[in-house]
Amino acid sequence: MRLSLLSPSGEADKGASVAPSPNPTAGSEPRPAQADAAPARVVLDDTAIRRALVRIAHELVEHNDRLGDLYLVAIPNGGVPLARAIAANLQQIAGLEVPVGILDTTLYRDDLVLRGERPPLRRTEMPSAVDGRVVVLVDDVVSTGRTIRAAMDALMDFGRPQAVQVVGLVDRGHRELPIKIDYVGKNIPTQRDERVELRGLQGGLEGPLEVVVKPERSEGDHRARGERSEPERSEGDHRARGRAEGAPGEGGSR
Amino acid sequence: MMGRDLLAIEDLDRADLERILETALRMDEVGRRDVKKVPTLRGRTLINLFFESSTRTRTSFEIAGKRLSADVVNFTPSSSSMKKAESILDTAMTLDAMDPDAVVVRHAVAGVPKRIADALEAPVINAGDGAHEHPTQALLDLFTVWQEKGRLDGLTVTIVGDIVHSRVARSNLYAFSKLGAEVRLAAPPTMLPPAVEALGVKAYTSLREALEGADVVMLLRIQQERLDGCFFPSIREYAATFGLDRAKLRYAKDDAIVMHPGPINRGVEIAHDLADRRPSVILDQVRNGVAVRMAVLYLFAGRNPRREG
Repeated sequence: MRLSLLSPSGEADKGASVAPSPNPTAGSEPRPAQADAAPARVVLDDTAIRRALVRIAHELVEHNDRLGDLYLVAIPNGGVPLARAIAANLQQIAGLEVPVGILDTTLYRDDLVLRGERPPLRRTEMPSAVDGRVVVLVDDVVSTGRTIRAAMDALMDFGRPQAVQVVGLVDRGHRELPIKIDYVGKNIPTQRDERVELRGLQGGLEGPLEVVVKPERSEGDHRARGERSEPERSEGDHRARGRAEGAPGEGGSR
Repeated sequence: MMGRDLLAIEDLDRADLERILETALRMDEVGRRDVKKVPTLRGRTLINLFFESSTRTRTSFEIAGKRLSADVVNFTPSSSSMKKAESILDTAMTLDAMDPDAVVVRHAVAGVPKRIADALEAPVINAGDGAHEHPTQALLDLFTVWQEKGRLDGLTVTIVGDIVHSRVARSNLYAFSKLGAEVRLAAPPTMLPPAVEALGVKAYTSLREALEGADVVMLLRIQQERLDGCFFPSIREYAATFGLDRAKLRYAKDDAIVMHPGPINRGVEIAHDLADRRPSVILDQVRNGVAVRMAVLYLFAGRNPRREG
């Protein structure tokens, strides 16, 4: 742990990765991403993210009877600052002290065999037992549902939760598994060859955050087939959305 | 850059070593859970091919593989049928035809894992070859020191004992030097390889001088079965001059730790009362061996290019 010699481990390596942004100017102007010269479109700025997380905290209170059983479990790296912010909101709204855990899903992925290089592992830290708790998985960007599937498997190895719910700051569609997101920050329909990223304006995930959409880098996603091209329609009113009605690809799971 | 096989620490660079150690840190966390098993290598096969007997290393690899959900097969050929290099290769290729995702090889002759790696499709992990290298031992030693001290850069590590015959010493010498530690070797002159200082380490024939200011004291096993009396006059004399006890340990730093790759000869390399308690971390080394080997299997096993889609 506190290892000065080694670099901070586990920088993002999953569908929605966290890249340090090149310059710390705030605002929502699209700016060029560093490696690929293509433009990155900001779809959620810091204010919108904060607002969505406040709303989600309210929804959590509304939809759960036994608030004392809540346990926020973040999927790193993007889920971590989001889960912490939701925990702070719950504290403000309902005076709740909700534990926040971190659960790396890398060892449970279903695509390791397909990749030559093994992705770096990230920290897992589960401060309380999950038995009997209502575990709320928190991820930044949900797409295929495979990360959530992996997280559920990992969770079951830690115990038997009373229920599992999912928070996704962004639902970008393209679901490949029957996974439902219970609390959505915003639905952002995307093309498969695009990349959606939560990133910090000052690099890392400290301070103000934003969500950007940019073209997929050449090698990143092994599923970049680009066969679906949906029209770009930003889901304007995300405020009243409770339970991910309208998440594309959810088809028939509930 | 890390290649397909793990044959020697000498082949790795600093970034490779750091990557393995960071991965081991996460694996160590898995080993502390209630359910100590993850599905990462489910459906993969790991073959332990041990031409030289070793219960400890083989068991450690076996547990590591099982914690990653791999199917682990132990293959221990009888030494009598293995006298020719050709038959070693034949054995290895027979096993390779069963499509393993990694083969862990130990052999009494230096270079055999390399020869096997050249012939096989599967990645090969060296589990000790003659007096050449024992890379996973060095990795678990690095990991143990890192956990104890929080860093490796700038530490002083004194390796004591039969340096010339020791693959553990060799791998550790590379490993600790590459990560910025100062490595000292202490042994009777007959057990110091000639011109070893060319590798950037310091050699001592006085244990006291070698221990001065050391953060880590690493003892090597005196392999009584392999030495026939021409290296030192007697075991008793070796124990008196190079065996570590609490009195001699005072020359090292106050917070120095004592390591040993095992199995220990109590009363020879290490005094009875020193082996079982702090500052000895011998059992932590064994524990860390599993995490480090899980990391190695995660990073090397099943990356067989033949299977990539």
